[in-house]
Amino acid sequence: MHNIIPIFVIIPLAGAFLTSLIGKKVKGVPDMLGNLSTACLLIASLLSISFVSKCGVLVYKVGAWVPPIGITMVMDGFTSFMLVTVNLVAFLVTVYSVNYMEKFTSKWTFYTLFLLMLAGMNGVIVTGDMFNLFVFMEIASVASYALVAFGTEEEELEASFKYLIMSTVGSLFVLLGIVFMYSYTSTLNMADMAAVLTQKGAGNITLFTGVLFLMGFGLKAAIVPFHAWLPDAHPSAPAPISAMLSGVLIKSLGIYTIARIFYNVFGMGAKFTEVLLIFGALSMVVGALLASGQWDFKRLLAYSSISQIGYIILGLAIGTPLAILGALFHLFNHSVFKSLLFLNSGALEYATGTRDMRLMGGLKEKMPVTGRTSFIASMSIAGVPPFNGFFSKLIIIFAAVQAGYIGYAFLAALVSVVTLAYFATVQKNVFFGSPSGALTASDGKVTKKWDDIKEPPVFMKVPVIILAIICIFGGLLIAPRFSQNFLKAATDALMAGKDYAATVFGGLGL
Amino acid sequence: MLLYFLCLVLFSIGIFCILRKRNLIKIIIGIIIAEYAVHLFFALVGYRAEGRSPIFTPSENIFNMVDPLPQALVLTAIVIGLAVTAMMVAIAIRIYDKYGTFDITKIRKLHG
Repeated sequence: MHNIIPIFVIIPLAGAFLTSLIGKKVKGVPDMLGNLSTACLLIASLLSISFVSKCGVLVYKVGAWVPPIGITMVMDGFTSFMLVTVNLVAFLVTVYSVNYMEKFTSKWTFYTLFLLMLAGMNGVIVTGDMFNLFVFMEIASVASYALVAFGTEEEELEASFKYLIMSTVGSLFVLLGIVFMYSYTSTLNMADMAAVLTQKGAGNITLFTGVLFLMGFGLKAAIVPFHAWLPDAHPSAPAPISAMLSGVLIKSLGIYTIARIFYNVFGMGAKFTEVLLIFGALSMVVGALLASGQWDFKRLLAYSSISQIGYIILGLAIGTPLAILGALFHLFNHSVFKSLLFLNSGALEYATGTRDMRLMGGLKEKMPVTGRTSFIASMSIAGVPPFNGFFSKLIIIFAAVQAGYIGYAFLAALVSVVTLAYFATVQKNVFFGSPSGALTASDGKVTKKWDDIKEPPVFMKVPVIILAIICIFGGLLIAPRFSQNFLKAATDALMAGKDYAATVFGGLGL
Repeated sequence: MLLYFLCLVLFSIGIFCILRKRNLIKIIIGIIIAEYAVHLFFALVGYRAEGRSPIFTPSENIFNMVDPLPQALVLTAIVIGLAVTAMMVAIAIRIYDKYGTFDITKIRKLHG
């Protein structure tokens, strides 16, 4: 049963290899291989939930080396939760790319890089080894640099270079942190590291490496002091990649790693809690304020990602079971509605040829599917009651009050209102309002005639509809029946703290 | 001790290059320098005073040998560094094609 774990790395790697091998020659193969791989991954990740609920923690020994000597891959509730999130978005994004990527010349390069990035992300999530985590992180990052620059226009290259430099510096800090951790504990296995830290006592070196990891992974997650690359990089990528980057990449490389290392390896301390609380609140506020002033649709979404990441970090920092449940639920919800919004922005760009919201208006009639789904997503991200975003924000705010952080709870509620304000502006400018007849650029040139605007092709509609349905019914995930194996299992895995070591070594026998 | 200190100096030079230089190529060189400083530090962590190479021979008893694991990891890290550097240089070349300059103050199409 533990043989399912390496599948999450093998399928995308094999898919990438095959796509690069035969995709160039045979037309249609890249689409097929890409969608097939992600569909298999989605099924496997759903299966992994039932496996974890049946057998507890699964451990796979790479090359049959016994840990702590060899590399292990670990699957607990948190892992399978993240895998479902990542692979769900990845599958819908590849379906969307079938039509969207037509306008680019080399589809096979796109799918190769996409699958490599997916392999990196899945690898980060399943691995139980510190250095292996770094390697997978770099695989995902290098693929994402190339994907951001995919259009090879001036802005895209510039954004990609900025992203590349900042992210590489982040990786350096992570590597440095791993070096310090290795020199202190003489092991690279995360479970063993946690055990050694408990035994030796976490001294100042844990604090120091904690700071290094916070810088490194914080850069990947775009928490506020380290966020400068995100508003450039995410809008510059093609829409499906923006959806992947904002939807899941920053979460699997940033949030997941922070949560896993700080909770399960270091054991959350008061000092880390304080720092993460401040960073979370800062991201929340700064992201929302910067987003309100944007006219570029994708740039606004990118800033709003920073703001929502702040919520997740805040929830993780508070650290009560309820807060972590809320944070993880918000993580899932955010990846759903943010990827939906980015896919919508892609559809808008596809239909109108612009991203400037001042030029749009009244598109609701011309593009009913895009209009309705983006309305659902906007209301969901702003936390309006029937949608999933409301429940996760409510849980986080409630948990903050319960834990005595009244100020942070107030801030979270306030930012939610700001979010509602700027998404209402988006809806008003883009989809409602009076049709402007034609989209006119600032220099008076007509970019697109009103009659030419129409709904995008079918493969671009199906994924957004599915995502919108998840947005509407996502709130049900906290119902005890559904959350038991999904959200609850993930929260329990994090709340176990340093017992992670014992459970991993206990899971070896299976 | 001196070696560790020199490592820190090297790392600082790299970070300084990344932060202060205006030429894309110099920024790339800064990253490479900082990266090498980390690699060197990693190799130093495995060093034991008076240690010998970690090769097992049945004929003699080994008392003090250097830790071989960091060396293997550094090799991996160098390969990753190669990929990242290749990516950086490739993008820098494309930027030069588009903008005709390596000066980051002139490469400012993005707003905000």
